[in-house]
Amino acid sequence: MPKLTIDELAKMRDRTRRTLVPREGGEFRAKINVHMGTCGIAAGARAVMTALIEEAERRSLQDVLLTSSGCAGLCSQEPMMTVETVGKPPVKYVNLDPAKAREILEKHVLGGSIVRDYALGVGSEKTDA
Amino acid sequence: MAEVATARTYRLHLMVCAGTGCVSNHAFELKTALEREIEKHKLENEVTVVPTGCNGFCERGPILVVQPGNVFYQQLSVKDVPHLVEEHFLKGRPVAKFMYFPPEEKTPVPVLSDIPFFKKQVLVALRNRGLIDPEKIEEAIARDGYKALAKALTEMSPEAIISEIARSGLRGRGGAGFPTGLKWQLVRNAVSPNGGAKYVVCNGDEGDPGAFMDRSILEADPHAVIEGMVIGAKAIGAAAGFVYVRNEYPLAVNRLAVALEQARAFGLLGRDILGTGFDFDIRIKRGAGAFVCGEETALIASIEGRLGEPRPRPPYPAQSGLWGKPTCINNVETWANVPVIIDRGSAWFAGIGTATSKGTKVFSLVGKINNTGLVEVPMGITLREIISDIGGGIPGGKAFKAVQTGGPSGGCIPKEQIDLPIDYESLAAAGSMMGSGGMVVMDEDTCMVDVARYFLSFTQDESCGKCTPCREGTKAMLDVLTRITEGKGVPDDIALLEDLASAIKDTALCGLGKTAPNPVLTTLRYFRDEYETHIRDRKCPAHVCRQLNIYAIDPRLCLDKGKGCDVCRRNCASEAISGSKGEAHAVLQDKCIKCGVCADVCAFGAVRVE
Ligand SMILES: Cc1cc2nc3c(=O)[nH]c(=O)nc-3n(C[C@H](O)[C@H](O)[C@H](O)COP(=O)(O)O)c2cc1C
Ligand code: FES
Repeated sequence: MPKLTIDELAKMRDRTRRTLVPREGGEFRAKINVHMGTCGIAAGARAVMTALIEEAERRSLQDVLLTSSGCAGLCSQEPMMTVETVGKPPVKYVNLDPAKAREILEKHVLGGSIVRDYALGVGSEKTDA
Repeated sequence: MAEVATARTYRLHLMVCAGTGCVSNHAFELKTALEREIEKHKLENEVTVVPTGCNGFCERGPILVVQPGNVFYQQLSVKDVPHLVEEHFLKGRPVAKFMYFPPEEKTPVPVLSDIPFFKKQVLVALRNRGLIDPEKIEEAIARDGYKALAKALTEMSPEAIISEIARSGLRGRGGAGFPTGLKWQLVRNAVSPNGGAKYVVCNGDEGDPGAFMDRSILEADPHAVIEGMVIGAKAIGAAAGFVYVRNEYPLAVNRLAVALEQARAFGLLGRDILGTGFDFDIRIKRGAGAFVCGEETALIASIEGRLGEPRPRPPYPAQSGLWGKPTCINNVETWANVPVIIDRGSAWFAGIGTATSKGTKVFSLVGKINNTGLVEVPMGITLREIISDIGGGIPGGKAFKAVQTGGPSGGCIPKEQIDLPIDYESLAAAGSMMGSGGMVVMDEDTCMVDVARYFLSFTQDESCGKCTPCREGTKAMLDVLTRITEGKGVPDDIALLEDLASAIKDTALCGLGKTAPNPVLTTLRYFRDEYETHIRDRKCPAHVCRQLNIYAIDPRLCLDKGKGCDVCRRNCASEAISGSKGEAHAVLQDKCIKCGVCADVCAFGAVRVE
């Protein structure tokens, strides 16, 4: 480990900072909740989650919360996820795969426009973290 | 620069408490089991397990806090792990049965910040508790670790650092509450003989019975202490420092050693710190665990390799400390406050607390209290808030009687003063002191004479024996107290105790002796009637002093409820109980040695203690 300079210390702080954000209970701009019931897992929810995590990692996102929750009661349309952005009603997406999930992350979560093709409906019930 | 191992995105962070309390409740086994189960579900790229320092709620250990969400799990065991991992970490359904249920309540409090124990706490010295792995310097850095150091080394002159600390109002957390900025100024001004070195020392001796504030800080966030010391070294012009920590704290010693090594590797300690040309290094000195070695002059002697005995002051260590050189000695918690003050500014720090006592104080809350643990609270908070709100009151519906602050050098504050605000002056006016932060809660079943005897026997035991008032005086006081608790007190004993106390206070060599009479003096001040009852009536109102108790069996209860079960007679070692199975039993007072076993074993409450 070479010794740090003042600048490198600041850079290291910025770089490691985001990994600790989830621990600090701050505000998130968006929450993505992947439904991880037995049905969801069987239909491929794990691959959806993995894709989201990799994407978050690649883009160094620190204010998007990835969580999981139980079955959403619509087992035939799994994998599903719910996207909540600050101040907007939650949107449920159905019949997902990794590529669709990445697209939703880019267009809806980061870009702010709902991907209507994959959306089940807008304004379903909110989820708890 | 090497890649940082922790710079990865995880959707869940499982913060496993690895403080001494939880470790003794198998936290490491829990951590291993979690890791194994997470791998089994192939969640290792989504969920990370992070060992942290003490969360404070040791009573409920081992503790696991799940982030984001701040979900608080407690008293977990290895066998709970498969269910928890599958339900919560895979399927996203938090498991209520592992959560915290407040006493007498049927619904859990899922989120840490809603639990009353945590609600009123304000974390400054413990700002990183539960949030970082203390053995990963990158995590400390991510939480602004060494940011203040960079500022102090590049933007601030020594005078500016000292005046910032002075303006913050920070006072020593080790006992006496001496203004830290002033102490630093004195050491800076002192001229070292022959132009030699100056030193900084961190006092981590922490000898008060039941106290574990400093241990927890070192375990949870050793970098805060290291950073504080480097800043202090720059301010006073020291090139070397020592951390004196007791050998009985293996986890703290180990984490500190790891932290020092990492800080050196990162160029935050050693030669040319952060490329600024400033040199400073720290060594650990392990103490053997003598209470008197927490006293600064004894501690210095111990670091030098001499017998850990105090010497008269002046000269103070600021003039003549380690090897006769000007030395700045501060407590662990004092040092841990320094970086935040430099980083966030003295005005921010001075905004917390009261007129004369700024910032927060860490207390270890023990004794007859529901929520035993470590708490950090703003100065000025009342005893009632700590005991009732944070501590959750007294177990078993008993009444609160008194609280001992300041450890063996402190005093007992009675229930009438429960609304006393915690600051240096109020505690001193009540006859006690802030001390280093021990807080022992006592309920109605506590005998105050016995408490005074306990603390005095501690100081008597720990007296180094160098000066006569402390060595002989505390012994004489202890003899009187023992006599009173055994029912052999005489009316003059109270006056005798008071005379001895004031003689010792006036003439003892060091703080140990000077403060040793405090528990006796405060109990005499607030609970004099208990002393009088012991002496005059030969009775202990709380029935703690067994020699003063009379044990008697209620024949009706014994027969009606217990059917003369005979358990008391069979357990009585002195054959002091008459009666045989099926009959009413009775205590033979002339044979009774007052051991109290009959009262302990009777399942029917038939043995009365008077
Ligand atoms: C008997 C005795 C024991 C002490 N034990 C400790 C201790 O365990 N930790 C501590 O920091 N200070 C202890 N002190 C106080 C130290 O002498 C010294 O005042 C303190 O370390 C200064 O640091 P501060 O100004 O940051 O409080 C003790 C004092 C006496 C008289
Ligand atoms: S050691 Fe875990 S809460 Fe104190």
